[in-house]
Amino acid sequence: MAEPFLEIENFTVAYGENVIMHDVSFTVNKEDVFIIMGGSGCGKSTLLSVLTGLKQPVKGSEKFVDKPFWGNGATKADRDILMRKAGILYQSGALWSSMTLAENIAMPLEQYTTLCASEIKDIVALKLDLVGLGGFQNFYPAEISGGMKKRAGLARALALDPEVVFFDEPSAGLDPISSKNLDDLILQIKENMHTTIVMVTHELPSIFAIGTNSIYLDAQSKTIIARGDPKELLRNPPNQILAHFLTRGEK
Amino acid sequence: MQAVVTLDVRQDFSAELNFSGEWLIGNIIKNRDTIIAALEKPDFKRLVFNGKQITRWDSQLTAFLAHLIEVCRKNKIDFALNDFPAGVDSLLNLAFAVPMHQEVTKTARQISFLEELGKIVLDFWEKTKDVCLFLHRVNASFARFFSHKAVVRKKDLLLEIQRAGAEAFGIVSLICFLVGLILAFVGSIQLKLFGAQIYVSSLVAISITRVMGAIMAGVIMAGRTGASYAATLGSMQVNEEVDALKTMGISPFDFLVLPRALALSLMMPLLVVYADLMGILGGAFVGLFMLGLSPEDYIRMTMKALLMRNIIIGIVHGAVYGVIIAICGCYQGMNCGRNASAVGAATTSSVVYSIVWMTIATAVLTFIFSVCGV
Repeated sequence: MAEPFLEIENFTVAYGENVIMHDVSFTVNKEDVFIIMGGSGCGKSTLLSVLTGLKQPVKGSEKFVDKPFWGNGATKADRDILMRKAGILYQSGALWSSMTLAENIAMPLEQYTTLCASEIKDIVALKLDLVGLGGFQNFYPAEISGGMKKRAGLARALALDPEVVFFDEPSAGLDPISSKNLDDLILQIKENMHTTIVMVTHELPSIFAIGTNSIYLDAQSKTIIARGDPKELLRNPPNQILAHFLTRGEK
Repeated sequence: MQAVVTLDVRQDFSAELNFSGEWLIGNIIKNRDTIIAALEKPDFKRLVFNGKQITRWDSQLTAFLAHLIEVCRKNKIDFALNDFPAGVDSLLNLAFAVPMHQEVTKTARQISFLEELGKIVLDFWEKTKDVCLFLHRVNASFARFFSHKAVVRKKDLLLEIQRAGAEAFGIVSLICFLVGLILAFVGSIQLKLFGAQIYVSSLVAISITRVMGAIMAGVIMAGRTGASYAATLGSMQVNEEVDALKTMGISPFDFLVLPRALALSLMMPLLVVYADLMGILGGAFVGLFMLGLSPEDYIRMTMKALLMRNIIIGIVHGAVYGVIIAICGCYQGMNCGRNASAVGAATTSSVVYSIVWMTIATAVLTFIFSVCGV
């Protein structure tokens, strides 16, 4: 029996009077690789901002491991505590440019644990090794490539051994090989650390390679028009829009 | 060679548009306006576009054809394209494949004076609320800092202190030395008329210490450090670094604004004292080497004019400017949009607002000190 990890009910999200999406409800189960897909401009990244507490929904509620995150009396303090169970990999990596990679990864450890400096150093080295950046501790973000920044961002996201990792278009700007390597890395992390993955993407190879469950946000109707295992959705698309998207417009 | 188009209207309410010549961007289209005018008020029902005599073509031809087709459709003229070069038809089909998105077409709407005024007032009100909220958050951050609850890396604070202090010495030295020199030089021209060159030293000492040193240091720091705060924080917004802090539960005010505000507020009074010293040295350069005053006389007169009261007034000005510059720079950076031009705009606004608020603060402080009799 799948155990719910994130439960979203009736989200309506807007910028001022401009409604981006409405009546969005879905559940992410524990250890899912949950894909939020949709065409450009459908509000995928905005939805991720809401899920991670950066943007407030106009309406609706979110439960994070059975605890209220949005709605039902949840406060910012509650969200801050719950977000310690989460890691986020931003589209650009979002590494703090004035810090070395080691300092970037050490930051959440210094903030939320009582580990001593040498223990933190060991954990930082391990996380960098996990993402294939062992030895890059003292490099600044400006000194490494785009793909390496994403991997370093992932190492930072994994610093506190999160229960869930949110990814905002991790493959954007990567060549196909680097993109596949990143997908493999995400799968390994999920399998070895039993992490739940929530990923915003429109990269079809990534969606089919790692996705176990998904929703499709439609820019026209501004809501979810399909949900399920992406491979199953490809075999039996419930509507023409999704068939068009999953086959790059060939069907 | 020109791009030529001619219209041949027949008796049976049909017409033929004959295209000839080189239809290349940059070539003038002969009869362009006449043809469009004829199609707008047509005395024919069918039109054939004939492209047999076209020798060379590029987007100029397809753009003109697309325009004519729109006019034909609007005026319900049946049309057909004959003998056009291969590719023209395909490009036109591609151009008309997706109908124009009428729902997103923006039209400029006339806004009345009252509507415009109301918008300005509402924008001003929103901005004022925004600034008050920012100041409240900065205050809360300072409160957390003094109760040891704020997340401030000692290394970051020291780095900001170094940047706002020691690294600014070079530019402050140069500008304030030159300002002292200019003041002395301009003053000496008038004082020479009365044989009172020696009072150049008093003029420089009083003006520099009371307000000029602080103003010069403030303007330099607004352009140098305040702008750098806005650009750095703005770039961090663009790169989602601020979002990364927020989602990690770390207050960007504690982590980014506090060290900068603290560093500049601490360093500005010290920079003002240093600026005073450099200004007085600039004045001495003119006094000693251009007016021929003796060092003993110059130092004696300067010491006589140097009042602790004036020095403190200058330092108070400097401290206030430090807070203003830090607030303006950080506010603009933290409220920056998420694109490159927004970072540029934030940087410019930071300098402009810093200087405007410094001027207002100077007027207020001068009034207060005058009322208090100092």
